[in-house]
This record gives sequence, structure tokens and C-alpha cells, in this order.
Amino acid sequence: MNNDKKIKLTINDKPIEVEEGITILQAAKMLDIDIPTLCYHPLLEPYAACRVCVVERKIGENSDLVTSCNTKVQEGMVIYTDSENATKARRLNVELLMAQAPAAEPVQQIAKELGIEKTRFEIEDPNEKCILCGLCVRTCEQIVGAEAISFIERGKNRTVSPPFGEPSEACIGCTACAYFCPTEAITVEDLYGRKVIHNELNLGPSTAILVPIRQAVPMVPVIDEEACIHFKTGECKICEKVCEKEAINYEMEDEEIEIEVGSIILASGFKPFDATRIPAYGYGRLNNVITGLEFERLNNASGPTDGKILLANGEEPKAVGIVHCVGSRDKNYNEYCSRVCCMYSLKFAHLIKEKTNAEIYDFYIDMRCFGKGYEEFYHRLLEEGTKFIRGCVSEVTDLALTEQEEGKLIIHVEDTLLGIVRRIPVDMVILATGLEPGLDQNEIAKIFNISCSQDTFFLERHPKLAPVSTFSDGIFLAGTCQSPKDIPDTVAQAGAAASEALALADKGTFELEPITAEIDEELCAGCQLCIGLCPFTAITYNKEKGISEINDALCKGCGTCVSACPSGASQQKHFRDSQIFAEIEGIFIE
Amino acid sequence: MANEAFEPKLVGFLCNWCSYTGADLAGTARMTYAPNIRIIRVMCSGRVDPQFVLKAFIEGADGVLISGCHPGDCHYQEGNYNALRRHRLLSKMLEQFGIERERFRLEWVSAAEGVKFQQICDEFTEQIKKLGPLNLNGGKDEHREA
Repeated sequence: MNNDKKIKLTINDKPIEVEEGITILQAAKMLDIDIPTLCYHPLLEPYAACRVCVVERKIGENSDLVTSCNTKVQEGMVIYTDSENATKARRLNVELLMAQAPAAEPVQQIAKELGIEKTRFEIEDPNEKCILCGLCVRTCEQIVGAEAISFIERGKNRTVSPPFGEPSEACIGCTACAYFCPTEAITVEDLYGRKVIHNELNLGPSTAILVPIRQAVPMVPVIDEEACIHFKTGECKICEKVCEKEAINYEMEDEEIEIEVGSIILASGFKPFDATRIPAYGYGRLNNVITGLEFERLNNASGPTDGKILLANGEEPKAVGIVHCVGSRDKNYNEYCSRVCCMYSLKFAHLIKEKTNAEIYDFYIDMRCFGKGYEEFYHRLLEEGTKFIRGCVSEVTDLALTEQEEGKLIIHVEDTLLGIVRRIPVDMVILATGLEPGLDQNEIAKIFNISCSQDTFFLERHPKLAPVSTFSDGIFLAGTCQSPKDIPDTVAQAGAAASEALALADKGTFELEPITAEIDEELCAGCQLCIGLCPFTAITYNKEKGISEINDALCKGCGTCVSACPSGASQQKHFRDSQIFAEIEGIFIE
Repeated sequence: MANEAFEPKLVGFLCNWCSYTGADLAGTARMTYAPNIRIIRVMCSGRVDPQFVLKAFIEGADGVLISGCHPGDCHYQEGNYNALRRHRLLSKMLEQFGIERERFRLEWVSAAEGVKFQQICDEFTEQIKKLGPLNLNGGKDEHREA
């Protein structure tokens, strides 16, 4: 295409000079002339299927009708977009589309703009939405590169389908066809083929190119290789086409960077308890049973409902149940208390009270309001009218026994204060899921040569005297990787860890362990047995003297060489053979 | 019978990083276990010289325990593997001296396993009680009878 060559034409008597190779539709857009379209999309090859974009082309005294989306401009062209002939043709085409797909919203919209009330033609299926524009087929072929769907049959039987009308292996499930469909004839729900629990609560990434979290640093989008169509079929590249700054780079790869540091603070966090592990609570199975984190998202002003607390059907709940200790304080899951759930549950109760008129039931085992101002907050909730029921919830079900329970979620619980079993119907159940150690906790522990306690949270050097240190020098702990804790405690511990690390750096000198091994030159026979045993290569052989020598800076003081030394030349300070022998003798003094 | 009143004397060599901390945990958690074991702290199970074990038996121990970090968890990377090898060799040697294999144990106890340490102590004590006192000098060691 020669972009330098200019072409002059007039559209609706307005003259314009444009580059060669563009279409009438694009030229009209430059003049702000609106031509209705249905099957056109700027990222796809024009197809001229809907024929709504039809315009009149004057050639001297004569004229003809052309589709503006795929007709290229020519020198001296005279185009009328809403002349009598063009409008008449367009109206006819729209009327035909109305008969083909009466349920298609955009067709009705254009008909309304053109003043068409009813189609003259016979309607076969009043629920039909597909206008056979081929956008989906072109998307699958040109953008996705999967070619999983195409037109089948001819004439009035023409329809869009994968081969043989069966789910196709070529389909990668990207849902791009549904996204491009102008009339919602293809919907995402159909394509997923699975039950969507809470339509609004899509907590995962919504697109393949995304800013991972709202607080991301640096605040730039990344491509999710798992979800990106380009990495599946090699096509698409839409983001590259639309990015004006040309910032998209598909070649970029994960990098491993090595940084030399003096100390390391581990703050690898926790994993929320997976509520599907307790099937009796119905999470993932029953509508409107959500976890604490999902409620946070629902309640967030930038969340899916703009911060309104709504059920899956879009209505406001009339009664909400909050179940404490989900996955905590339970021998079947985790024995420990997750510490944060009681308080966040109280916060939820307060927020729901503030935003809705719902009755709130809090099901607790014990209220653990241990922090500053926490107990006071609990009392405030009591005064606000939140109903606290002491007892462990045994089941959440949608099987109604009475008319009152119809269409509700029923919480089955033993009220241990009243000593009775109760069934409480609610609209929404929030599971206060606890904190669990991260999935790769043991691997991290191995990398840093530290230990995990029984619950696989990282073990501190001493629970009282060294709560941020570990058994490895220079490795410190902060936050929930060490134990479940709330934000104030985490901030406090992180501050302590940072100052411990700073204290090491600030000193400028490093204290060696006093327990290193030393070799008695007089006794060493130079057998070099110790050299092979030292895991830190701290021992070298001095050829001149014919003895082994220990580098104090490298020796960590394990004493392996000492116990192997056949002549007793190698001795560990504070753990000398003679000292340990004396200890053994001491044990047996009656 | 003399055996009923027999309280074995056990010596435990515990590595500083895992087993000693594990034993400490058993203590801070107020777990009760047989009081027969006397603990000697070494930095690593790899520090345990076979001489220490022999010395303990000579001094009158009825059983000796070496306990270190689980394989792969050694604070000094591989000290516990050295302890494992030495334990194998020394067990063979002890048998030739007439010291039963059961009297010399090697265990892996991590810093989190206070319960395991408790169980090992109880079990080991029970086992040695069944074996009876170690009579290194053919039962002629008179001060032990007292």
C-alpha cells in the first residue's frame, strides 16, 4: 500500500483528502459522519455480512449501492450515507435482520433510530439472537487462530457451529467469540460449561493482560501466560495493536536476579484456609456461601457491586450468618486459633449493619477479642443488636423443612448457652476462614536452613527472647509466616526484624561463633581426614608445615572434624573432648 | 525383685539446633517423660565422637541416645549423615563387646517435635528396663549393685 498517495472524495457533499487504501467507512469516521454497523470491527477484516452500512455511490448521473465497510475509497468518489436510496436499502436490510434475529438488541436499536417499528417479513424464531454477521467466526480465525467455529449449512439453515455441532478440540475456551458477538448470541456461561457460584464474585484475573493487584509496585500490567491467547495459538496480539506507546513485549521472560545481601527478612505470609475442605458448609456448592476474603471484595467500593452487599440474584440479604473458626480450633483441620477471624467477623457484622437492614447472626466458639480496643468493639456490636450464638455450626444446607425456610440457607447449630439445637434460616453465609502456613513453607525453610514448628509455621529462635530471629544467623522473620497474627502484630514484628537486620549492618563487624575448631600443630599428623569432612571447606592443608589448618572465618563450629580426628589434634572450643568426657563423668556421680 | 526397682541410666547426645531445642520444647510445654535420660548438648550430632559413647557405657550408662536433625535438615548441612555412618559402625563394634544393639540408639528429632522426644525417652527407658542393667564387667561391678 502506498501511503503517500492522497485521494480526494466527497461524503455527504463534504470534501476530504485521505490516504489510499482505506474504506469509505473509515473516511466517513474522519468527517464525524456516523454510519451504523453490526458486523464491522476495526480489528477484523471487513466481511459485509449485515449490509447495514450500505451507502449510495454516485457515478455521474447514475448511482449504485455499496457496503461502506469493505469498499475502498477512489479518486473523485461521491458518497451519500443517508440519501433516500441508501436509507431505503438500509431500512430493508434492517427489517430482514429483524426477522432473522428478533431478540438481537443492537438490531432493534438501529431499527428504532431508523424509525422502523415492525418488520414486514415472517419471524421464524422470536428468541433468535444470531444475525450471522460472522464476527465470532472471524475472531476465532483471525485473532485467536484456533479456527474452532465456522458457518455450516446454507440459506435459511445457515448457522455458526463447531465441526459436527460438538465441542471442538480446537477450541481453547478463550471466550473471545462471545466477547466479540454484538448481539450476545454466544454467552460465556454456555462456554464455561460449569456452574458459576456467585456471578459477581470473580476474584481471579478478568483478562489475560492485567495489573495483578491494585496496589502493585510497579503499577504496570503483566501478561498472564496461562490465560493469554497469544501464548496458546501464536495469534491475537490485540494488546500490541491497541497500545499506542508500543509497550507490549511478548518476548520478555522471567528473570532470576542474584543480589548479595547481609541479612534476609522472611515475610512469605500465609495461605487462607480452603473452605471446600469442609463440605458440610456448602462452600463452592451453595449459592451465597462466601469466605471472609470474598466478602471483603464484595464490600469493597471498587469491587464487583461497587461496595453494595448483594446476594447472587442482586437482592439485598435480609439475614446474614457469620461462621467463626472455619478451619481453626478444629482437630480435623488446624488445632491453633487463627487470631484474626473473630475481629474481622465483628467488623463484617458492623459493616453489614451499616449498609443493610439485615439481621446478623454470629456463630462463635469463644470470642477472642484480645487486642487494644477489641473487647470494647465487641460490646458495641452487642449493643448494635448483632445476635451472637455460642456453638459450632454443624451444617449449612438449602433443604427446607418448613415454609419459612424455603429458598433460604439454613444454618444448623447447637446453641451451647441455651442447650438446644437450632435451625436458623439466612440469605447469606460468610465463612470466617482461618490462616494456614504457605504451601511451600518447608521448601523455604530448607533453602534458608531454618526450622518449622509443628504447625509448619517458621520456628523462631526463642519464643520470648528471640521472637524475630531464626536458627540461621542473619535470617529474620516477620508476619504470618511465623504464626497467625493480625496487622498491628505483623507491623510490630516487621519493625523488630528490620531493626535486627539494621543492627547487623550498622555494626560493620561480624561476631564469629566462639565455638570454632582449632588444630594443635604439635599433634596434627597431616592425614587430611578432616578436610574431606568439613562441609564449609574451612580446612586447608599446609604443605610446608605438613598439617591441616582451620580458617576461623569459615568454620561454623559443628565439630564433625573433631570427632573424626584420629590423633585428637582437632579440638572444638568449649566442646573439647576433655570437657565432654568430664560431663559424662559428672553425670554418673551419685 | 531387683529388676522392678531398676532405673536405667541413659545418656543422650543432642544436637544444639534440632533435638536439643525439641527437648527444650518438651520442657517448656511441661510434658512429662521418664527422668532417666541425662542430656549432653553438642553443636551437631556429627560432633559425637565414638569415644563419647564408649566412655558413657564405661562410666555406667545402660543406654546411649544420639539425636540429630532430620536428614536434609542439618544446620551444618551433613553432620547428621556422619553421625548415621558412625552409629552403624559403632553398633557392630558394641555387639562384639557384648553390648546389645538396642542400648545404642540414633534418632531424628526436629525442633518442633517435643512430643516425639517425649515418646522416644519413654520408649527407650522402657526398653532398657526390659533388657536390665548393662553388666560390662560380667556382673562383678559391685558399686552398681548398691
